[in-house]
Amino acid sequence: MAKILIPTPLRPYTDKQDAVDASGATVGELLADLTRRHSGLKAHLYNEQGKLRSFVNVYVNDEDIRYLQKEQTPVTASDTVSIIPSVAGGVPATTDADANVGSVRLQPDRELPALSNDEVKRYSRHLIMPEVGVDGQRKLKAAKVLCIGAGGLGSPVAMYLAAAGVGTIGLVDFDVVDYSNLQRQILHSTPDVGKPKLQSAKEKLQALNPEIDIRTHEVALSSHNALQLFEPYDVIVDGTDNFPTRYLVNDACVILGKPNAYGSIFRFEGQASVFATRNGPCYRCLYPEPPPPGLVPSCAEGGVLGVLPGLIGVIQATETVKLIMGIGEPLIGRFLIYDALRMRFRELKLRKDPDCPVCGTHPTVTKLIDYEQFCGIAPAAPEPVTVNNATELTALELKQRLDRGDKLTIVDVREPNELQINRIPGSVHIPLGDIPKRYNELDPEAELIMQCKSGVRSGKAADFLRSVGYKHVLNLKGGILDWIDKVDPTQPKY
Amino acid sequence: MPASEGRRLTITAAVDRAIRAHGQETYPHECCGALLGRDAGVTDLVALPNTTEEGPRRRFLVRPSDYRLAERRATELGAELLGFYHSHPDHPARPSQYDLDHAWPTFAYIIVAVAQGAAADMTVWYLKDDRSSFEEGTLHHGENPDPDAAAAVHR
Repeated sequence: MAKILIPTPLRPYTDKQDAVDASGATVGELLADLTRRHSGLKAHLYNEQGKLRSFVNVYVNDEDIRYLQKEQTPVTASDTVSIIPSVAGGVPATTDADANVGSVRLQPDRELPALSNDEVKRYSRHLIMPEVGVDGQRKLKAAKVLCIGAGGLGSPVAMYLAAAGVGTIGLVDFDVVDYSNLQRQILHSTPDVGKPKLQSAKEKLQALNPEIDIRTHEVALSSHNALQLFEPYDVIVDGTDNFPTRYLVNDACVILGKPNAYGSIFRFEGQASVFATRNGPCYRCLYPEPPPPGLVPSCAEGGVLGVLPGLIGVIQATETVKLIMGIGEPLIGRFLIYDALRMRFRELKLRKDPDCPVCGTHPTVTKLIDYEQFCGIAPAAPEPVTVNNATELTALELKQRLDRGDKLTIVDVREPNELQINRIPGSVHIPLGDIPKRYNELDPEAELIMQCKSGVRSGKAADFLRSVGYKHVLNLKGGILDWIDKVDPTQPKY
Repeated sequence: MPASEGRRLTITAAVDRAIRAHGQETYPHECCGALLGRDAGVTDLVALPNTTEEGPRRRFLVRPSDYRLAERRATELGAELLGFYHSHPDHPARPSQYDLDHAWPTFAYIIVAVAQGAAADMTVWYLKDDRSSFEEGTLHHGENPDPDAAAAVHR
């Protein structure tokens, strides 16, 4: 027998007594006996699953049983057991998102749509979680998310958002599915090669979830269309692979006040964060200036582990649904770096920069600019007509000259593993990075044809050789890809 | 008393003022505190810290130690703990599902809506015995026996 102290609100169930006796060797047994003697208490102490309600605190003497052995905590006749309320409450859940700092401000007057019976069945694993519930699912249904890119990152993002029931998903892309996409872009499959990515994406997403609205925008995102394109959406998911678009997406998000669920991938490393929320930092707070052109290679140049965008895209999708529902701790002011080879995550703290040119206190960038120029990439100018002073030649021209018996040295500047895939017969191999220390292996009087995969790296090598006095240097336009297309289709492309 | 009016809670003008002031002071966060008095008449308040870890803009939590403090204070004043008050910043003065899930029987729950930093509607609610919903009571403004009672707001 032990004494249990009863709090004010429960005293009507114990004949107004503030202390009653009950028997049992543990807290659990004691409370079971208490509710047998005073049956009205049961509904208030225990939930439907028979667990003590979260706001019911039980103390043995002055210790919370959560820090002892919970309901197995032993009690003796000399112990005093107290039931002590936590009193909690809050504003209605349907509009929690408005009040939560880390959440998206969905258009305030937007009605939350109801769920059909089919939707209840489809989303039942969401609905049974109190953190999501019917209200969270209705928020997802009301939400509009725009994915920039339907490629490596866009694939897992769009698929999981579609599956989760985000009511409107927009996709921006103007590319066509290529064999080299299939290693990671799981929205697209082998029969889709040659189709526009948006067509393939829409078919997959609509098959996955016919309840949602898929909007396709088959355009190249630019300073002219970005604001108009973003306007109807609540969250923008950046799945782009180049710096001009990344800065464009960031600036447009800041200007419109829309959160940017950011992700990027390269080789074995991924990054993710949430930018451009009301009080959080933006991409420019982290990187005020773009890297010099060509310094950071793209995935097409440097490669990417196929499963990597899966993980980073799913982080972006996770942050997006959290923002929409206004739950959890968003990835705002934190920059996540993932290393797939070491299987490690690092987290950098990120602060909003008061001097940020876009989101700072005195912004200097208040409308969208020319991002190609900002990133030092010259706009595609008409080909210079330099007949007598040519700097490049085409695959067909190279073939003709080789057939004619001209003495040419073809210098392949790709990495060794790329040469295992394909090679122009007779080429010598010096990787681009080795050119500065090995160029003297090349005869300054010989005619040199610089070659790589597509002509970008070999162009840099050619520029370098000219700068150190080589006079007869030509760049193979379109690289080995063009060579295979026009001259030697038996070799594989990558 | 007509049944439609529900249970009746009387509050003094000082209590009314103090609840509103507390809600405005903590805006945009929720405020919370205990209602002390006798016979369905609130004469004193104990303003309590909001200790929620879920974001004070939309949640409040009175931890057990503060609950004990409120009961002790009631005993000292020869009064009873009648219930609790809290604010709904930029939301109507109606209980949420969360309020219902966490409600205690018998207690009076006063909710004050604070819109854009200004206290507006104030309502009172009681949990039904089967926990199915809240029943709205009526707030009655009684005469203030002690014009200095506002000073009886404790921290």
